[in-house]
Amino acid sequence: MSTSSPANTTALDPILSADAIAARKPARFALAGKSIVTPILLVLILLAIAVVTTMIGSKPFNQVIIDLFVRVILVVGLYVFIGNSGVMSFGQIGFTCLGAYVAAWLTINPVMKKMSLPGLPDFILKAKMEYWQAAIFATIFAAVAALIFGRILMRLSGIAASIATFAMLAMINTIYSNWDRVTGATSSVVGIPIVRSIWPYFTAAGIVIFIAWLHAISRSGLALRAARDEPTAAAASGIDIPKERLVAFVISGAIMGAGGALTAHSIGVVTPDNFYLSLTFVTLSMLVVGGMGSLTGSVLGVVILSALIQALRFLEAGVPVGGSMLALPKGLQEIALGIIMIVILALRPSGLFGNRELTLTRNRSE
Amino acid sequence: MLQIVFDALSLGSLYALGALGIALIFGVMRLVNFAHGDVIAFSIFALLWPSTDAMAIVFAGNLPWFLLIPFVLAVGAGLSVLCEIVVFRRFRNTNPATMMIASFALGFVIRYFLLMLYSSRPKSISLLPILSQPVEILGARLPLLQLITIIVTIAILFGLVIFLRRTRFGLEMRAAAENFSMARMLGVRANRVIMGAFALSGALAGAIALIFGIQTGTADIQMGAAVMLMAFISTVIGGLGSLAGAVLAGFLLGAASVVMQVILPVDARPFRDAFVYGAVILVLLFRPQGLIAARGTKERV
Repeated sequence: MSTSSPANTTALDPILSADAIAARKPARFALAGKSIVTPILLVLILLAIAVVTTMIGSKPFNQVIIDLFVRVILVVGLYVFIGNSGVMSFGQIGFTCLGAYVAAWLTINPVMKKMSLPGLPDFILKAKMEYWQAAIFATIFAAVAALIFGRILMRLSGIAASIATFAMLAMINTIYSNWDRVTGATSSVVGIPIVRSIWPYFTAAGIVIFIAWLHAISRSGLALRAARDEPTAAAASGIDIPKERLVAFVISGAIMGAGGALTAHSIGVVTPDNFYLSLTFVTLSMLVVGGMGSLTGSVLGVVILSALIQALRFLEAGVPVGGSMLALPKGLQEIALGIIMIVILALRPSGLFGNRELTLTRNRSE
Repeated sequence: MLQIVFDALSLGSLYALGALGIALIFGVMRLVNFAHGDVIAFSIFALLWPSTDAMAIVFAGNLPWFLLIPFVLAVGAGLSVLCEIVVFRRFRNTNPATMMIASFALGFVIRYFLLMLYSSRPKSISLLPILSQPVEILGARLPLLQLITIIVTIAILFGLVIFLRRTRFGLEMRAAAENFSMARMLGVRANRVIMGAFALSGALAGAIALIFGIQTGTADIQMGAAVMLMAFISTVIGGLGSLAGAVLAGFLLGAASVVMQVILPVDARPFRDAFVYGAVILVLLFRPQGLIAARGTKERV
């Protein structure tokens, strides 16, 4: 960079004059100003969905949209780490599991807790919190767990890192499936207060989208994406890749933990297998189909795939066509979903949105 | 003691065969094939007539053993090649994450296809019941099947080594695994090699399905997934793309599981798998390239 500066005709002196730096440095918040449109548009889309849902007022549809918002949180959480670092992680759902159980521990009625989970420490047994307080603790707990695991795992890269995160997920699942006095083992933990209003979920999804955006344009996020695209050059420019990955891993872990707490409150029941391979693959699919490298892709991937799943379920339940019911056979919904995903990926290998973001102006590619 | 050794070897054999099936495809295509577990399940269900009853209606399973075994292997190989032609061919040259998700979606399709035809209930089948009888060797009573599993695995491994080292096709495959574009430039036909790899991998899936089916006496749609996870991990620990590494790591994982089952205190035994996964992370930390690093997978600048 410095060699092209007009102030250095010798090209050997790497130090720029203060004026030259000031001239080249973009104005403060220039990047933020340019890219803030994306999270705003995405939140507006979700807001539109939420408003339409309340206007329809149908209970099952309400639940569908709550699921959608929870998935948005989870997939954006995946995007923060996987999208920015380019390292495929299968383990993030492990933090969702941790978060969900923290929410369960803190919000279930103490009388019931003593019966079903007698192994919990005393202060947790006595605790009875509001759902949002529990969600904050779940977030913190998941973030701490992500910090501990991340310190170890972020030294790895490539496929070894992916498998190590997989091993982490399997480890968390094994522990939670067997530690019966604390987690109730594989039986469901019931009695978690259910939150039926969509607004808490919408608010959380909105906050998470803005956090993901803030991280992506932060110094650390930009460094991480530089390392994703050109690892060698980034390392040579002084980027500490494991550190930047760890930052993203912890933020992602925190978001996944919050998503877990909200999952627990949206269905009222948790079991370890809720947060294992199938959820991992559903959320990963949404991320990849939407486009791994873009926040827009991760949010709209969820919206599009969820809409598709609902449409197929609707067809499976049967549509009246001229007096007779036309229904798809059971199981065809999943098959169709799989085939559609393969077709989308075959036509657009980098996902529907690739690296592009939703903006008001012309799409710029990164 | 001998019992432990044989348990470890037979469990390791299953993992090794699974790992080999994944490593073969990864070698030529850089594809981590998540559909492999579902190919395993499909191979065993091919023996049954489609029905949703709990009692399996045996169809091809009544064949005598010398027809039964080739039939299952052929089903596995056929399905695997079909997957290549219909799906994976379109994903060459895309990034690994996309391929991985595509293979997962394909596995999803196969699994739900089976579910639609056979329902999710595990079905009891008795294949070659003669193999479940115990035999006595050096004072230990072992199921005959365990012995056969180990012998068959070793035979398959030897066969594969000879195939890869001594035949022209094997040579082409090894060349492709090492440097695919260079091999193509030197006249190795890409489609043939890749299809060969898929066929071999599918046949291995068929072999696992047979062993598993005889061992447990049930056909379960989920059965592929359990082997797959460990096989997948062994492939990476062994060094992705390295066939010998995959086999070695498969046996090591099997041994680690069995040994931990024995030496862990009773309270900790349910958490056995957590220890195994912890060991996996440790191995990766010290040898991120895998135990036997394959040539050509090192990062280049």
